Amino acid sequence: MKIKEWIQHNTFHHSQFWDLKEMVKEKEKQNLKISLCIPTLNEERTIGKEVVLFRSELMQRYPLLDEIAVIDSGSEDNTLEVAQSYGADVYLADDILPHLEQKKGKGENLWKAIYQLDGDIIVYVDADIKNIHPRFVYGLVAPLIYRNAIKYVKAFYDRPLAFSHGVRPSGGGRVTEILIRPLFSLMFPDLTAIIQPLSGEYAVRREVLEKIPFPIGYGVETSHLLDVYNRWGLDAFAQTDLDQRVHRNQSTQDLGKMAFGILQTFINRVQAHGIIKEIPELSTILRQYQAKEKDYEQIEHKIVEDERPPMITIKDYQEKYNITNPEEV
Amino acid sequence: MRTIENQADFEDQVLDKLSGYQSTARELTELILANLVMIGEIPAPTFSEDHRTLFLKRRFGEVGLQNCSTDEAGNVLGLLPGKEGKRNILLVAHTDTVFSEKVDHTISVGPNEVVGPGVADNSLGLAVIASLPDILERLNIHFDSNLVLMGAARSMGRGNLEGLRFFLSNSEVPIHYGVCVEGAQLGRLSYSSVGMLRGEIISMVPEEHDWTMMSYTNAIITLNEVVNKIVQIPLPKRPRTSIVLGSIKGGHSFNTIATTAVLQFEVRSESEKTVREISDRLEEIVAEVSAHSGIEVNMDVVATRRPGGIKFSHPMCKTSREIMKAMDIETNIIPSISELSALINKDIPAVTLGITNAEHIRQPNESIYIYPIYRGIAQLIGILTAIDKGFCDED
Repeated sequence: MKIKEWIQHNTFHHSQFWDLKEMVKEKEKQNLKISLCIPTLNEERTIGKEVVLFRSELMQRYPLLDEIAVIDSGSEDNTLEVAQSYGADVYLADDILPHLEQKKGKGENLWKAIYQLDGDIIVYVDADIKNIHPRFVYGLVAPLIYRNAIKYVKAFYDRPLAFSHGVRPSGGGRVTEILIRPLFSLMFPDLTAIIQPLSGEYAVRREVLEKIPFPIGYGVETSHLLDVYNRWGLDAFAQTDLDQRVHRNQSTQDLGKMAFGILQTFINRVQAHGIIKEIPELSTILRQYQAKEKDYEQIEHKIVEDERPPMITIKDYQEKYNITNPEEV
Repeated sequence: MRTIENQADFEDQVLDKLSGYQSTARELTELILANLVMIGEIPAPTFSEDHRTLFLKRRFGEVGLQNCSTDEAGNVLGLLPGKEGKRNILLVAHTDTVFSEKVDHTISVGPNEVVGPGVADNSLGLAVIASLPDILERLNIHFDSNLVLMGAARSMGRGNLEGLRFFLSNSEVPIHYGVCVEGAQLGRLSYSSVGMLRGEIISMVPEEHDWTMMSYTNAIITLNEVVNKIVQIPLPKRPRTSIVLGSIKGGHSFNTIATTAVLQFEVRSESEKTVREISDRLEEIVAEVSAHSGIEVNMDVVATRRPGGIKFSHPMCKTSREIMKAMDIETNIIPSISELSALINKDIPAVTLGITNAEHIRQPNESIYIYPIYRGIAQLIGILTAIDKGFCDED
């Protein structure tokens, strides 16, 4: 029942938020600041269009965004140059909080954005979206602007190519349907209401972001859902249908690595929350196989889901935001 | 009108302003490219431009145009009212493209170029029109004349300029000048239209045909006969005339005898009479081949144009050339068979301009260069200013 109600009240379609003028008015009334973070690694082919569209439509025409930042993991192509040429603020993740031990991963960039960017709301959008459109930002930000109780808005994509008024399955990609949804169904049935739990596009209030830890690898989205759910409950979430997302397809082998990282994060979380006790020490090696003539060769991938603590525990952050008693916050 | 006496005014009010226009266009790069991407990623094959038109209508409203509307021919229109409104200048770009909805319309934006189907023909033309109100606002330019901004539907191929023709025949707003905007190529200046006849020759073998006749019962071979005869048609050097065999399609597989074949062609000539004579000759060829082969061959005319236009010495043409020269744009004078023809048919002085340099036009990897766009836009604003201030008026 809870899920049904939540889907009814907290699931949106981007077309509900077409009136950007009104949205900007409401944002200004609340004196909100909104930052966009685009995490990148070798995205020169798509980053230009993203920056151009967001700057033109959501900063200049409708001032919904106060800053657009590209946080890069060390691209070897011209990602940063292209982004900068179209007016984005560009940062190397390693240059943010440089005295901390360096870590590489998308989650690291997302975490460092909390320190570097000034928004009360931070919206994260991946850089590899071929059909990028302003709705990818305003569709996610709008529920936070119009509903105070909502703290975390996930994207989902549900425009079928053909549909004949009947019932049709609606869901996420392969890892979601084979791994995440069965796991959530077993242990966190409420979270199955989130149609695409692994989507890389979401908008979150700072008050939430600063208090949750960040796995730096594949598990960041999963851990967010579990941590926010445990602390603030399902009602803190909303989701917006952004129609369709065209992006690079990953190979099954790559999805295997992703699933392995996510599983590590998931198991860590259920252990921390006391749902499963006494788990033996887990391996961090994923083994995949390839055939070479008549021999089968084992390929080992070491995947360690390293994690950053909640940003509010970092001293530099406390100083920047004048937080004197982080535990109370 | 331009006279020796007001040449200084022309230089002062138009030529001297061009570099400022160029700088402002450059400052608004993101705006122009964002419009280009959003327009270009909406598929708009001829007769299915509705989604693109709807976007433009909304955009026209957002930038403050008045009377934003679509009409029954599928055109989209918006009015930027002038201070006096004594004359109306139509700024038009066609909304349709040659790409079907099935083609991936994703556009990529690099530091120097934009790539994607239809970016040059004619998403950029539309993007410039959609961006123009913002650019004029930034430049603090307020024309005396009304500016009618238009995305014209059903222009290409079988569309046969239906949208613009409909508007010009039914609009209650008299159009005094027209400027047609094409994405490419920068330097293009069209002020006249050639005579044109565009059509298809279709050869069809009926299912009940006598298949024992072996290779003669083949639509491709029959069409080949037609082609052989077309290439033997003598073409005059004056008036300049050409026959373009644009596309040929037929059959289904390696080992099935083709039952249909289609040739798409276009006849162009400076003389309407010559176009008519060649059309008659084509009809004869079709009838002759059909009679000899016993296979049905038909000719279907899908579009025609009458030649005409303003003279090379017309002040509008002269002014356009001078503006291009002042911006170091090499002028490439070519006759047009696109929107300009519809304006010429209504005796409206008009030119067609290109905005930037482009490559691979009408291919999926169509690309445009970003940097020349600023000059392209500056020349356009220069010409609009010249029209507005009366420098393009005839005596």
